[in-house]
Order: sequence, then C-alpha cells, then structure tokens
Amino acid sequence: MLASAFSKPEKLSIYRKQILAEIDKIGVQSMGIVALLSIFMGAIITIQTAYNIDSAFIPVYTIGFTARQTIILEFSPTIISLILAGKVGSNIASELGTMRVTEQIDALEIMGVNSTGYLILPKIVAAMFIFPFLITISMFLGIFAGGVIGDLAGVVSWADYEYGILYDFRPFQIIYALIKTVVFAFVITSVSSYHGYYTRGGALEVGKSSTQAVVYSSIMVILSNLVLTQLLLT
Amino acid sequence: MIEVRNISKRFDQNEVLKDVSVTFEEGKINFIIGRSGSGKSVLTKCVVGLLEVDSGEVLYHGRDFTHMDRKQRKEIRQEIGMLFQGSALFDSLNVEENVMFPLTMFTSLTRREMMKRVDSCLERVALPHTKALFPSELSGGMMKRVGIARAIAMNPKYLFVDEPNSGLDPQTAIVIDNLIKEITTDYNITTVVVSHDMNSVIEIGDHINFVHEGAIAWKGTKEEILKTDFPELNDFVYAGQFMRIIKDKLGT
Repeated sequence: MLASAFSKPEKLSIYRKQILAEIDKIGVQSMGIVALLSIFMGAIITIQTAYNIDSAFIPVYTIGFTARQTIILEFSPTIISLILAGKVGSNIASELGTMRVTEQIDALEIMGVNSTGYLILPKIVAAMFIFPFLITISMFLGIFAGGVIGDLAGVVSWADYEYGILYDFRPFQIIYALIKTVVFAFVITSVSSYHGYYTRGGALEVGKSSTQAVVYSSIMVILSNLVLTQLLLT
Repeated sequence: MIEVRNISKRFDQNEVLKDVSVTFEEGKINFIIGRSGSGKSVLTKCVVGLLEVDSGEVLYHGRDFTHMDRKQRKEIRQEIGMLFQGSALFDSLNVEENVMFPLTMFTSLTRREMMKRVDSCLERVALPHTKALFPSELSGGMMKRVGIARAIAMNPKYLFVDEPNSGLDPQTAIVIDNLIKEITTDYNITTVVVSHDMNSVIEIGDHINFVHEGAIAWKGTKEEILKTDFPELNDFVYAGQFMRIIKDKLGT
C-alpha cells in the first residue's frame, strides 16, 4: 500500500490542493483540542510538581525545570500524539472505510486514478508537515500556562519558574521531540489509512476499522517512542 | 467491443467463474443477468480489472487488458465509464466537482472548457441546476443520473452499469433505462449492464447473457429470452407474477 501511495502522482496540482485540504483537516482543526489539553496539562504538571517537591532542600525553580522537561520530552510529543491518534486516526480510518464500502475507491480505480496515492499520500505528507507545528504550539502553551497558573496559585513565582525553564536548557531536546513527532505522524496516518483502506463489509466494519486504527496506531506510537528514545537519548 | 476469453476466478476453494467466454458488442446494450451469488458481479469486476483473473483474458478492441501493467491499464481505464449500484459519488465533492473530477485528473482542459463539458453532461442527464448540491442532498434517481454524467464526462468507449434500477421507483427506473439506451446509441458505446431486473432487460436489452453457477449458461436476445426453454433461465425470468402474466398472454 505504501509503495503504491508513494508512486508518481497523476497531477501534482491536484495533490497540492489535497495536501492543503488535509493540513486544514488534520492540523488546523486539531488546534483547539491541542491548545486546551496543553494549557490544562501544563498547569496540572506545575501544581503536582510543586506538591511533590515541597522540601527546603530542593530549589523552587525545580518546578519550572521539571515542567519544561516533562512537557518537551514526553507530554507534548507523545501524549498529544496519542490524543491525535484518537482524533485523526479514527477520522482517517472511517473516511477511507466509508469510501471503500460505498465503492468510491472502486470508482477512483475504474477511472484510472491511483487511489492510494490520491487518498493516502496527502494525509501522510500533511500530518508529517503539520504535527511538528502542533507540538511546538503545545510545548509553548503548556510551559506558559504552567508558569501563569503556578504563579496565580501561589506555588511558584513567575521569576523562579522562568529561571527553571531556562536552567540547563539543551536545544537538542526540542529536536528529539520534533523527530519523534514526525515519526508518530507517519505511524498514525499510515496505520489508520491501512485499516480504513482495507475495510470490507458495511457500517459495522467501518466502526471496527476505526477502532483498530486508534488501537494499533497508539501501540505503534508507544513502541516507536521507546525505540527512538533509546536511539536518540542514549 | 469487449471479448472475454476463458476467464476463471476462485476465492480459496470456491470457484466463482468457470472458463467464462462472452463478447460484449459495440453500440449495443449487453446485459449480464443471473441470480444473486451466480457470479455476475465478480465477472464484471474481472472485466474492469477490479479483480485479477486466475486464467483467461479480457480484450478491449483487441487489446489484452489482463496482461497489461498499471500504466497501460490506466490508458484503457480512461476509456471506461462506470455507474455503480450506489452511484459511488464522492461525498466531499458537489455535483459539479464530481462530474469534473475525471477531467481535472486526466485532461489539460482549461477551467472554462471543463465547465462547458460538465454543463453538457448534466444537461444530457436533465440535471442542469444541481451543480452546487452535494450527494447527500440528492434523491436516489438524481444520484444515478449524476453518476451517469460523471461516467460519460470523458467520452468513454465502454460503459459498465451495475444494477441501475436498484432502489428506484418504476418511473424513475424507466428514465434511467432510457438514458442508458440513448447514451449507448448516440456515442456508439459498448455498454454492459449487470442486473436482475427483467423490466430493464425487456426495455433496453440488446444481447442478454445469463450467468448460472459461474458460467454463461445462455446467450440471446430479449425476444428469445421470453421463449426460452432453458429451465434455470425460465425460473429466473418468470419468477415474478407480472412476468408470468406476460408469459400466459404470449402463450409461450
């Protein structure tokens, strides 16, 4: 399926249009949920960290440091990707599954259109392009919201938090997070597309494909997370 | 003209098509009829290349479709139009975009030329004012007509129609039948209709092929089918009360 999807497109202008439409559907329309989750998780991570390190021997800026590390290394790239696996993955699988059972994919094939290239490639390219932006926004909002809420809640001052988020900062961690994100984007879209494209049957099977897409892409995200962490951080 | 030569197809142990040979003639409406599960849909899917045959060959005007690579098949597929049972219109596109779709994918026409072609196809199916509507806003009959408009957008040489009248009222069914007849005659297309609707067969059928247990069990014209003494076909044709009344009137 992937080999066929990545074969030469029929008409580049059509594919460009498709990619832009998918960027809107996969990325822009996920902005709200990503922002909401990131703001709340950033705030919760800060408050929980403050609660757990309530000791005179640990400096207060550790709260900012811990929040930054948690959000950049794991929360934004992995947890947000898992959330997107649910939202985007089920959407892709149900869209392709419905197209399959209503013969729309057969209609494309009869016309001579490479259906995998036309339907799947734009989704993969769009996700690999837009996911890093979403994750970067998530990192920024999570860390910023953590500082604001921490300050308002009185658990850490903005100055201490700011010192913590700048303390021992290594830019490679951002690169590591974005590499993971691009891989997760590929995994989520390709696994979900596979389950949707090869749906057989009717409405019940479309539902099953959608569920399988979310389950298998989540498992693949977790597995690739382990492999990438081992490869990039050790 | 499409020639099907000795094609066989099996799914695991189940042999669905057994050495089928049939010719679909140009400018005629060629029917494939048969009971549900007889193999007529599999036969059609093999002919258009949605399923690969296990053996045999399909020739489109002498060109062996079965042994072509994807690129060569693409050229022939652009000469094929197909109307699916559920119309298979693209949900995310409106009527105009649906009909325009093959033109945008495979031609270098300007937007204006494409619009002109879309207008002419929609006028052909008597739906000129539906361009902005989406498939979910159309009735079953309208969806079939838009499906036909999309199928003829590329001026096909071959038209495949799968169960054109399923889910339609008798009057709309006749409209669709007549449309298929007109298009076939006007454009001199090789039309293949898969159906088990005897009204449709009698209305527009030129050549009828009866599929039974994975083989072409009978071939003939609509006049001959009414007088057939082939038992399985007789049971099929005269299964309904309406056809039995005709049989009694004809005294066959």
